Amino acid sequence: MPTLGSAMKITLNVNGEARSLDVDPRVALLDALRTHLDLTGSKKGCDHGQCGACTVLVNGRRINSCLTLAVMHEGDEITTIEGLGEPGSLSPLQKSFVKHDGYQCGYCTPGQIMSAKGMIAEFNMGWPSNVTDDLGTAPDFTEAEIKERMSGNLCRCSAYPGICHAIREAAPDEGTIEEAAE
Amino acid sequence: MKPFDYVRAASHGDAHDNAARIIAGGTNLLDLMKHQIETPTKLVDVTRLDMTEIEEAENSVRIGALVSNSDLAADPLIRERYGVLSRALLAGASGQLRNKATTGGNLLQRTRCPYFYDTTQPCNKREPGSGCMAMEGQNRILAILGTSDKCIATHPSDMAVAMRVLDARVEIEKPDGQIQLLTLDELYRLPGDTPHEETALEPGDLIVAVHLPDAPKGKHVYRKVRDRSSYAFALVSVGAVVHTDGGKITDAALAFGGLGPRPWRDTEVEQTLIGEAPSEALFEKAADILLADAKGYGGNDFKIPLTRRVLKSVLGELTGATQ
Amino acid sequence: MTEHLKMDKVQPRLLDETGQGVISTPMPRPEGPLKVSGRATYAAEWKAENMAQGFMVRAGIPKGSYKIDADSVKDMPGFLGVYSDHMVRNSAQGTMNTNPVQLEHEIQYLGQPIAVVVAETFEQARHIAESLKVDYTRDDDVAGDFDAVTDWKEGSSQDQGDLDDAIAKAAFAVDSTYTTPPHNSAAMEPHAALASWDGDKVTVRASLQMLGYNRNEIADSLGIDAANVRLLSPYVGGGFGSKLGIDPASVSAAVASRHLGRPVRVVLHRNNVFEMINLRTQTRQRVRLAADSNGKMTAVGHENWQTNLPDEPFAEPVDTATHFLYGGENRRYGQYTAVLNRSASGSVRAPGEAVGMLALENAVDELAEVAGIDPVEFRLRNIPDTHPENGNAYSSRSLAQCLEEGAEKFGWSQRKSPKERREGEWFIGMGVASAARTNILMESKARVTLNPDGTALVETDMTDIGTGTYAILGQIAAEMLGLPTDKVTVELGDTDLPTASGSGGSWGASSSGSSVFLGAKAIRAKIADRLGCSPEELRLQDGVATGGNNRRPLTELLEGPISEEGHIEPGDQDVAQAGFGAHFAEVAVNSVTGEVRVRRMLASMAAGRILNAKTAQSQVWGGQIWGIGSALTEEIQHDRRTGHIVNNDLAEYHVPVNLDVPDLQVHFVDERDDYANPIQSKGIGELGLSGAGAAVTNAIYNACGVRVYDYPATPDKIFPHL
Repeated sequence: MPTLGSAMKITLNVNGEARSLDVDPRVALLDALRTHLDLTGSKKGCDHGQCGACTVLVNGRRINSCLTLAVMHEGDEITTIEGLGEPGSLSPLQKSFVKHDGYQCGYCTPGQIMSAKGMIAEFNMGWPSNVTDDLGTAPDFTEAEIKERMSGNLCRCSAYPGICHAIREAAPDEGTIEEAAE
Repeated sequence: MKPFDYVRAASHGDAHDNAARIIAGGTNLLDLMKHQIETPTKLVDVTRLDMTEIEEAENSVRIGALVSNSDLAADPLIRERYGVLSRALLAGASGQLRNKATTGGNLLQRTRCPYFYDTTQPCNKREPGSGCMAMEGQNRILAILGTSDKCIATHPSDMAVAMRVLDARVEIEKPDGQIQLLTLDELYRLPGDTPHEETALEPGDLIVAVHLPDAPKGKHVYRKVRDRSSYAFALVSVGAVVHTDGGKITDAALAFGGLGPRPWRDTEVEQTLIGEAPSEALFEKAADILLADAKGYGGNDFKIPLTRRVLKSVLGELTGATQ
Repeated sequence: MTEHLKMDKVQPRLLDETGQGVISTPMPRPEGPLKVSGRATYAAEWKAENMAQGFMVRAGIPKGSYKIDADSVKDMPGFLGVYSDHMVRNSAQGTMNTNPVQLEHEIQYLGQPIAVVVAETFEQARHIAESLKVDYTRDDDVAGDFDAVTDWKEGSSQDQGDLDDAIAKAAFAVDSTYTTPPHNSAAMEPHAALASWDGDKVTVRASLQMLGYNRNEIADSLGIDAANVRLLSPYVGGGFGSKLGIDPASVSAAVASRHLGRPVRVVLHRNNVFEMINLRTQTRQRVRLAADSNGKMTAVGHENWQTNLPDEPFAEPVDTATHFLYGGENRRYGQYTAVLNRSASGSVRAPGEAVGMLALENAVDELAEVAGIDPVEFRLRNIPDTHPENGNAYSSRSLAQCLEEGAEKFGWSQRKSPKERREGEWFIGMGVASAARTNILMESKARVTLNPDGTALVETDMTDIGTGTYAILGQIAAEMLGLPTDKVTVELGDTDLPTASGSGGSWGASSSGSSVFLGAKAIRAKIADRLGCSPEELRLQDGVATGGNNRRPLTELLEGPISEEGHIEPGDQDVAQAGFGAHFAEVAVNSVTGEVRVRRMLASMAAGRILNAKTAQSQVWGGQIWGIGSALTEEIQHDRRTGHIVNNDLAEYHVPVNLDVPDLQVHFVDERDDYANPIQSKGIGELGLSGAGAAVTNAIYNACGVRVYDYPATPDKIFPHL
């Protein structure tokens, strides 16, 4: 009989690559990424789902990677900031964050960008938000919609204006319905 | 966080485990486990089970327990017929959390009472008999209705408030396979002398779905007052479905968040409204009934007049009677 | 070689003469691609071979003594050690340069660091820390309640004229008391450190703002020589004062690493950040103002009450701006302090002005109201000719332009009376406040190297905490050396490099920028010499030097690298020096619930030369949003019985979220401050916050007629009065 909580062998599919690791079941997905896989782009700001700095995409959806266990994600497609682009080949959102100064210290930034990526996908699925006037129609890609949907990502440097400008400009290239983004 | 064994349930049978805690979205459970407020030695992961559908049946909708808060809020059927539920879900947490949080898990969220959250502090809910620091402490966000001298915690869910409005019933699968259907008032216990006993769930029980009967007639509103415009728990919230016809209120269903240990519904309030012509005086009367037993604890005294104001405003909006 | 300047006289505006044209431009941050791709590496993200993981243990009682029962956990999986020696009580104060208070076995507040647990993995360390048995001896004589304090100790005070008499005789007077709650810096990156020893020398990768001071603080805390400490902080995930001084993580990591003989990483849990790191004190402030029948101020009184832990050498300079912003012959200031068993008070962004100007600018708004004068006009009338206390001239002060141009751009003339403008359930109103923040120059050094290939390197232990240091130091060097900015590399955050001012007090850009300027200036002199012209004649542009009748590419002129150190020191000058500005806000107040939504804000700022229009704008945005937070949502809540911070996390300590923030406008008034430093710049990061929150609360009054005296203006403070 193995001891309580003994390590488990799992395979995570991160940024298109299968990564095998032995983890204590207690290891949060965030810590698996940062400590076990050396993908430190996803940040730990609160470790309790209160800041959004750890946002990653799992099967295309944005989640707080601090509030889920690595062992729960066997086989899932996980995308982190490292998977979007790197210096020299940045994604449209990443470039736009640089252009519009959508950050200052940079610590919340990967989470903001991953959240924006997931948010744009949600928007394109026609999901409503708390500021959507009419639940019966697809929402417009307005400033208020962006702000409400990005409110799960705190930025203490308070780069929110730059973040919103960056998202608006990059959204068409990230696949928003073009008319809506205008 | 204490060590635990992790098991992925392949069948409902695996989930009926007396010795285990069920984990689905994990957004509240893991938060509490990191603080060692929850200390399970075994977790059963039910996320790969088949409880992910929203199904329309005769006179009802059945929402699988694993349907995420996001999917539920965005579902066309829910948006069309159960607007108050969609609105309540969208008013809660953040996009990321709603993507992970599930219907079943959201119902079982635990209180945000700061003394419950700090293991250095006494708390009758966390450690029965240790005392309540909130009663005479910082209780701005805590309850004014349904409290006891042992606990004044609030239930933090927005979703559950809307479900209470909608007369939802929780489908619970017992370990022997039997199905039990509980209303939310049956699911949630009031604190009384045993605030640590929060629900009627028994070891091995599995929430498999939530049933919504046909929506009550009327316009749907979910109004949430909070300290910042997004990503904050409610100070006071009101979920309401009200219908007027011929100058009279014909249907009314109202539930409140931020006020009590469970989503608060008082049918006497609704009976007062039904059959009457909407007026300021009527709304005052409804508020009087709702708040008759309300008790403030200092920091949360403001919730009593605030609830009155919000209730009157929501009723005015729904009936077109004021402003 | 070192180019040294003691700033005791006005310097020429060389940056207006150089020709590269990159200074002041909105150049994107050079480190941006690393940040947006997750490749910028913060303190907790470094690894070392055989690294162990630490987790802090927080005191579970507010006052008393403790004994760690290490045996209670020694058999737990992964346990390596539990250490309490050298433990600091709280983070060090800014520019402290010595160890913070270190207590042995004594507890003075709930949440105080009492030990660090070290284990093989993070998960093990956390579990052991949570399971550790600590034997407490409680002292029940706990002082946790600010409002219950009676034994206030009088600190600094100052009197000029006769305040009481002036108020008694005035046409208009205001006597208002305001309270502001404690604030937490809440930088997104929690404090973290990775320490490793090599013999007597320790290297700590930490998240700190002022490495030159921090090195001494670590050394002093550990009882070792500062020469044996190397600190590295190339990226800092926000500071806002919370990382001015060393923190429990950096000391604990070094202590544990020394015990274990292996590298140790310690990262503060977010709850620890709220408790162990100095927060802004709660304040009570009484502001008394008087004006004559023309609306000219005759009296200014500003007294404040605040608290700290015992032996903590810091008091919030609440009245800083009150001394020089408005005229009035009769003045009184007083500061009263007391000791509480609550987390230590220290610097949080714009210490002094951030809360002092909430009270002052609210009171000015009230005085303008009773005098029946528009609040912009009222402020314009009361701008003094010289410093109202010492008579010094202002080094530069564009306050009037900021108010006037800001009012014009904001549409101030559309402002109505309270409750006059309504949209559905919402009352709409506008508010204004002046901004003022003392400008400071600190000693700073940097090395600038120009290479024969036409590239340059700037090296200093300065930090970039999000403020744009990488960008502006590169721009200054590029401008001075006539290089495109992409030819300049900036290396920061390593104590092996020349010691800089550090980031704090909004002095970082001007101080470190001046040192880079001086280093580059010395290089210019050498180039001029080689070209055979005077430094004044030299023109450097795009890698080509022109002077006299010569024109040569730098690549030809240089045989080897030229390296020069720039060294700036503050000097004595009899001027009043500060950044000035004006904040405008439009808010909506819900007539049912008292909820407030900020609809738009404009900051009209004058801070000398703007070094980078983009990063400066971001700094002001930050200030405006901190203003929104301090006005509406931010409040550390203490249990009055225990001093326990009940909202020690980011769920319940409400920093503004994206939706709380409307689109923000920033307007810079062109200015040079010749007294400030050789680059004529002044600090901007804190100026953007000073007064911002008061503009919001003044707008609340203009919207709905409710004055909020007890910050923050949460719904419960407003709706009862509607």
